[in-house]
Amino acid sequence: MSMAIRKERIVPRKDTLWHQVRINKASYLLMAPYFILFFLFTVLPVLMSVYLSFNYFNMLEPPRWVGWANYIKLLLEDDIFIISLRNTLLFAVITGPVSYLLCLLFAWIINEFKPRVRAFLTLVFYAPSICGNAYMIWNLILTGDRYGYLNGVLLRMGFLNEPVLWMQTEKFVMPVLIVVQLWLSLGTGFLSFIAGLQTVDKGLYEAAAIDGVKNRWQELWFVTLPAMKPQLMFGAVMQITQSFAVADISIALAGNPSVNYSGATIVTHLLDYGSTRLDMGYASAIATILFLLMVGTNKLVQRILRRVGE
Amino acid sequence: MEKAKNSRLLPAWLHRNPVELTAEQEEILRQKRLAKIHRKMKRKSGKKKLNRSTAGNAALFILMGICGVFMVLPLVMILNNAVKPLDELYQYPPRIFVRNPTLNNFTDLYVLLNESWVPFSRYVLNTIIITLGGMIGHVIIASMAAYPLAKNHFPGKKILFSVVVLSMMFSWTVTQIPQYLIISWLGINNTYAALVLPAWSFGMGLYLMKQFMEQLPDSLMESARLQGANEWQIFWRIVMPNVKPAWLTLAIFQFQQMWANTGSMFLRSEELKPLQYALQQITSGGVSRAGAGAAVTFLIAAVPIIFFLICQSSIMETMTTSGMKD
Repeated sequence: MSMAIRKERIVPRKDTLWHQVRINKASYLLMAPYFILFFLFTVLPVLMSVYLSFNYFNMLEPPRWVGWANYIKLLLEDDIFIISLRNTLLFAVITGPVSYLLCLLFAWIINEFKPRVRAFLTLVFYAPSICGNAYMIWNLILTGDRYGYLNGVLLRMGFLNEPVLWMQTEKFVMPVLIVVQLWLSLGTGFLSFIAGLQTVDKGLYEAAAIDGVKNRWQELWFVTLPAMKPQLMFGAVMQITQSFAVADISIALAGNPSVNYSGATIVTHLLDYGSTRLDMGYASAIATILFLLMVGTNKLVQRILRRVGE
Repeated sequence: MEKAKNSRLLPAWLHRNPVELTAEQEEILRQKRLAKIHRKMKRKSGKKKLNRSTAGNAALFILMGICGVFMVLPLVMILNNAVKPLDELYQYPPRIFVRNPTLNNFTDLYVLLNESWVPFSRYVLNTIIITLGGMIGHVIIASMAAYPLAKNHFPGKKILFSVVVLSMMFSWTVTQIPQYLIISWLGINNTYAALVLPAWSFGMGLYLMKQFMEQLPDSLMESARLQGANEWQIFWRIVMPNVKPAWLTLAIFQFQQMWANTGSMFLRSEELKPLQYALQQITSGGVSRAGAGAAVTFLIAAVPIIFFLICQSSIMETMTTSGMKD
């Protein structure tokens, strides 16, 4: 009887926020070191950038409040932003999903090999990401005279009569950049999938075989993918941040500005204002718009991923 | 006898005061053991149950082969350039494979390094501090934060996690300047901390670790809790060994990032600058240093690759060595 009364008294206390915080003290302590640094070095700079996007700031004079002027100029008057937005969305729609599936496909195939071979194959496919600016090699392939590897091969095979200036011809810039971006795609997502596949419980496959899973595609869809859903989510976020932020390869191969802005992306546009024209307010406004785009896409993609294995 | 077998699933330090397991836990442990035995038998018989078609295999291997050749091209190029004599480096049109391999590039580099104003070993020491400090610190504190976010319930959990994920979507280029202001304000400009501390707070590491920890069965933590382990012990001795593939992968990412950092934004004193900076000074030396430059490119690529191979091989080994994973 007395036990029951005591319980009644405790129940409402458990619901108070302070009590919840106190019984989870250990959790907060474990998180404290990371989150203190995180707020200091990541959240605070982001908030400052968002504030700067409402200012005119050239890094020499103190910021001057201009309200929505940067955003109005960006969305209504900046033609190049519209081009760069179109190119970025093209990257996001094509390289995003294709890269993601390639990461998954290769991680899955590699997983079938023996451990030593697996480590070596992983290196082979991760090579473009580990060698710093490995994409520079594409400059050799795409050289505009007859000694460029691509021109050489096509001339010899009779597909071309004269060498093509690949990166100086408007219609070739985007397709080439998309190919190079795909070549670079086996990066962060790929390695996390490789690691994710190691953690899938091997017993699940045997159980599935007994339950009537017949071929490896069924096994992939019903067993492997649902078991590594957390990694799939992670890979998707990384893919979004990468395909929306394409810039380095465009600048290295097509230049910034590229011919008629044919290779411009949101981030090359941002870099143009941020580091060449020293208009940090405007660059911050571009970054904020890009951020909103990524957040929206992420929401959409996470919704799709929830259906995997159903 | 039965109990002794059960407790093999938990680390040895928990055995000191054995506690009676509930029937439910007994059942979980029993099934884990059965699965393990089952697996061992499978391995001995060496036959796969699923039918894997030869045509499918062939198609996949051909696809892999073609892609693999393209992917490995930059590695082949870097390796060949490092052993090319100067005339071959400047040959036009450029060739990928070397014809007269030589080690002169490396001896040139050695001579150049001995001439440097700050002793070369100092650059190496700086790099070790920055790269290992940034990597180990990040892996530990990001995992510490990821464990409660993945497994415990407390107020503020959701919002903290979404802020981390969202932070990865904000362009790094524009936050650099505010970050520089904060680092100056903290007074850690021109110290190792200016590079290491921000690296500890990257969002990706926490996200990666949290996703892997989420997969661990709750029963694992509960049985440890029943045996009197506190949160730190659970994190360090139960969670971390079970997500070894995750933190080895994170170590690769972080090593690569820190290794590539020249530190030129924050470090002004020459004796604090990392190897990467010193080596890049050599590559910018023009025609006469092109040979040494090729050797530098090789070294810059080789170190992360060696680290990568070490980590990847241990990731592959985890499954066979860890008895707890189920």
